[in-house]
Amino acid sequence: MVLVKEGTILTEDPWIFVDDETPIPADGPVIISLTRLRDELPNRPAGELGVQLQPADDATAITQDELEAVSLVAVTFPAYKDGRGYSQARNLRERLGYQGEIRAVGDVLFDQLAYMQRVGFSAFEVRKAADAEDFAKAVNEFSNAYQPTPDGKPTAIKTRHSK
Amino acid sequence: MYQYDSIDAAMVQERADQFRGQVARRFEGRVTEEEFRPLRLMNGLYLQLHAYMLRVAVPYGTLNADQMRTQAHIARQYDKGYAHFTTRQNIQYNWPDLDHTPDILDDLAKVEMHAIQTSGNCIRNITTDPYAGATGEEIEDPRIASELMRQWSTFHPEFSYLPRKFKIAITGAENDRAAIKFHDIGIEIVRGGPDNEIGYRIYAGGGQGRTPVIAKVMSEWVAREDLISFLEAILRVYNQHGRRDNLYKARIKITVNEMGVDNFRAAVLNEFELIQGGMFTVDQREWDRIAAYFTPPAFEDLNDAQEQAALEEDMAKDVFFARWVRANTVQHGTDGYSIAVISLKPIGGIPGDATADQMDVVADLSEKYSLSDVRVTHEQNLVLPHVRKRDLKAVYDVLADNALNTPNLGQVTDIICCPGLDYCNLANARSIPVSQMVSERFADLEKAHDIGELKIKISGCINACGHHHVGHIGILGVDKKGVEYYQITLGGDASEKAAIGERLGPAFGYDEVTDAIETIVTTYLDQRTSRDEQFNACVKRVGLTPFKEALYGTR
Repeated sequence: MVLVKEGTILTEDPWIFVDDETPIPADGPVIISLTRLRDELPNRPAGELGVQLQPADDATAITQDELEAVSLVAVTFPAYKDGRGYSQARNLRERLGYQGEIRAVGDVLFDQLAYMQRVGFSAFEVRKAADAEDFAKAVNEFSNAYQPTPDGKPTAIKTRHSK
Repeated sequence: MYQYDSIDAAMVQERADQFRGQVARRFEGRVTEEEFRPLRLMNGLYLQLHAYMLRVAVPYGTLNADQMRTQAHIARQYDKGYAHFTTRQNIQYNWPDLDHTPDILDDLAKVEMHAIQTSGNCIRNITTDPYAGATGEEIEDPRIASELMRQWSTFHPEFSYLPRKFKIAITGAENDRAAIKFHDIGIEIVRGGPDNEIGYRIYAGGGQGRTPVIAKVMSEWVAREDLISFLEAILRVYNQHGRRDNLYKARIKITVNEMGVDNFRAAVLNEFELIQGGMFTVDQREWDRIAAYFTPPAFEDLNDAQEQAALEEDMAKDVFFARWVRANTVQHGTDGYSIAVISLKPIGGIPGDATADQMDVVADLSEKYSLSDVRVTHEQNLVLPHVRKRDLKAVYDVLADNALNTPNLGQVTDIICCPGLDYCNLANARSIPVSQMVSERFADLEKAHDIGELKIKISGCINACGHHHVGHIGILGVDKKGVEYYQITLGGDASEKAAIGERLGPAFGYDEVTDAIETIVTTYLDQRTSRDEQFNACVKRVGLTPFKEALYGTR
């Protein structure tokens, strides 16, 4: 698994995942589940926090308080076929206005990277090293897009009528 | 018809290049077959019983002469010299080699065609009325909205990994020739809203397959500017709530049923309210740009009475031509013109197939006599939408020379049939040979004409690609302990009268099913009040009992 952020491979990643049973390290940065975030929020730990969403989590039900408490949201793809994460990322960016890191984790492969970036993912735990190395190629295969997306890529319609 | 601008052309060529890269990585082993599968499916490439099968998109069933010629070329160059037209207005090739498919996509791109999203858990081809732009019945040409939706759905980053495939159909006429109520989203163009303007009645949750369901209304009227926003809302609710644990319960019809229609609708309206007025609002300039490609062609100013008189003179001289005109031509919206349907159901033939030579003939005919316009119907026939009545005889003569003149539109031998056990690895039973036997049983054209409209649809398994649930007579092939049996249903209807066929009784063996169909037809002829009472109306009036008695005897 190789982490790609802002188009480059990061050899070091400060973030660690901590499951619901393990105590949260004091100095972070640590990623916890949404349930745990909600539990911990009133007495939140001092260190940097991130939250990991599972596909069944309702991204529209996340509050502004919860989002302000985290500087990273990890969105899970248990299998590449499970496309719920794309809607979660869009909701975070467009509905909730979240501007922090959205990281794709799980079964993240070369051919999904372009769509992921368009819907608002800014970091990718890519399953295969070779795919991570080709990241720039993966996200640049198409010069245009038909649909408006949070990444601000100009759409066909905007380009056609920008006179 | 729509013509690509440089953006559309780049999109399709870049997709072909991307696929070439994916195939290369597959051959290099950088991508496993399991990982390659969704990628090739999103380019319409299935792995079937004997070979790969490539499904080429025919957006809203419309082609021009050059595009049809390219299909003939592909059939010759890369396949065994024929192609199959499908129940979603697409084209299938049964024998391409994997390493040729990037070349096929390149050839398609040259004529503004592709195989994008014709398979996979994404939004599929938008289908519509094959008579769009020719019929006098429509309030708006549905192909304008279809093209808008085609672009919106192509490479949609959020909705390319849905729980399951997603099919959208739209009709511009009340006479629904697109079966919209049996689609995941069905759209009817209607007048409404505060100013009685053209807008869209939107249905969701229809489908066939293992569990046929008639779609439910989500909104009686959506304004044009809100059309895409409304679709986004439906797709987002489905993407988030559709089942991911069970492949057979993953279509939106199940989601609607499990959530309850009212809850589902409420979720959609809630989401729509948040999206409405935002980035998916239809830009009127873009609408106008697309609409300009669908303005009526420069029809000649003809006197219909004169044209009709001349046509009837031609008909009087040739009984075969006359029969074909009566059966296979449909009234056009413009005086002096006709919609001509080319049957791909020759008696005893394979339904929906055409040879490369036949495709070239159709291309030439469309260029010479139909303003270079040809359509594919979801009943697996072709249409020349704009033929002058005075040209019908010339068209017919060419069709007759090429075994394309079977006068059976909508009749008992105009059978819709899936590829079945002969081609498809999902099938339980053969379907094509059954359609051939039934077709031959009713080969008598006069008798078939007398029977009238009778739509038989055959599926080789419960996935229902032959649409048997909506056949007036539906035939479903099943496997019982390794032996093929055929269940028969009556009274299905794909039109705006939407109905799901009812099962008659125990299934029939392969050697019995043709007799069973003949018994049903004979019973209809006995029961009908007159030639004017068509099959489905008769079934509705008399019920299933006379048919059950005829088939199984009184108990």
